[in-house]
Amino acid sequence: MVTNEASMKRNGIQDYVSLRATAAVITAFTFFMIYFFVTTSVVTFEVWQALFANIYMKAFTLATLISIMIHVRIGLWQVLTDYIKPTGLRAGLQYILNLIAFAYVAIGLFVLWGV
Amino acid sequence: MMLDFSIYRYNPDEDDAPKMKDYQLEVEEGQDMMVLDALIALKEKDPTLSFRRSCREGVCGSDGMNMNGKNGLACITPLSALGKGKVIVRPLPGLPVVRDLVVDMTQFYTQYEKIKPFLINDDKQPPAREFIQSQEERAKLDGLYECILCACCSSSCPSFWWNPDKFIGPAGLLHAYRFLIDSRDTATDERLNNLDDAFSVFRCHGIMNCVSVCPKGLNPTKAIGQIKSMLLQRAV
Repeated sequence: MVTNEASMKRNGIQDYVSLRATAAVITAFTFFMIYFFVTTSVVTFEVWQALFANIYMKAFTLATLISIMIHVRIGLWQVLTDYIKPTGLRAGLQYILNLIAFAYVAIGLFVLWGV
Repeated sequence: MMLDFSIYRYNPDEDDAPKMKDYQLEVEEGQDMMVLDALIALKEKDPTLSFRRSCREGVCGSDGMNMNGKNGLACITPLSALGKGKVIVRPLPGLPVVRDLVVDMTQFYTQYEKIKPFLINDDKQPPAREFIQSQEERAKLDGLYECILCACCSSSCPSFWWNPDKFIGPAGLLHAYRFLIDSRDTATDERLNNLDDAFSVFRCHGIMNCVSVCPKGLNPTKAIGQIKSMLLQRAV
């Protein structure tokens, strides 16, 4: 068994479930946006703003942004442990990528509040 | 008819780096042969060419190698299956090369050892003669017990290339599932505990190279999926 210390205390089952659960939310959002663009003949600023002014759409978008953050955090940890072997460099990259993933959520949240 | 070969050569005692060496073999027009037979014929011309082989009929798993980019057993791979043109033969990828086509399989066996590949039964009163299984219980082992540990699957798996010290690999996990579902084995929890981390099983991303190359037609990805399900069901 690979000890928790060697895998930065990541839990295989939890990561496995989280990746799939978040992927389902991201896929649902993607399909919804495709549906929106296909069924909306002209996408003006007013139509776009009205879409995101809806409280359910705000909640859905926020859930998607958080899902992306979790998905990125786990997925990139897996990619980095595959390809980046020096521990210090990997930890540094993981830190930066996690910050970027969080920034996407934070900026997305401010945008949603602004609508 | 002349057949062209390009074979990976490396002798660590003499060579600074590995190189590909070209060979030609004359065979009768229309004649087919296994890659191993061709290698044996080439070795008669060049005795320094090294490779492993034993049973020559796909049972022992000694002659796993990479032929035209795909892992397989040289003894049951006909030259005709490799298409026309030069046949490129390399050692199994990802494993350290001992010499030419001979690889060091220590990492592979270390991972295999981790899954405790033997029946564990701690019943206080074991049967006097034999463990009886029903036909249904026995049928669950089909598609699992046939693995000959040739390492074609694990050495074609990118997850095993990058983490050979942590990821058990498809061959080891196929065997792990073989014991997990054996009705005579009582160490299911202990076995699952040993696999319950972020690397041993969950490093499999379902790439399915293992299924594509298995010379025995087995499906390690399916077995790994079953182990994941067992771990998941235990956790929820």
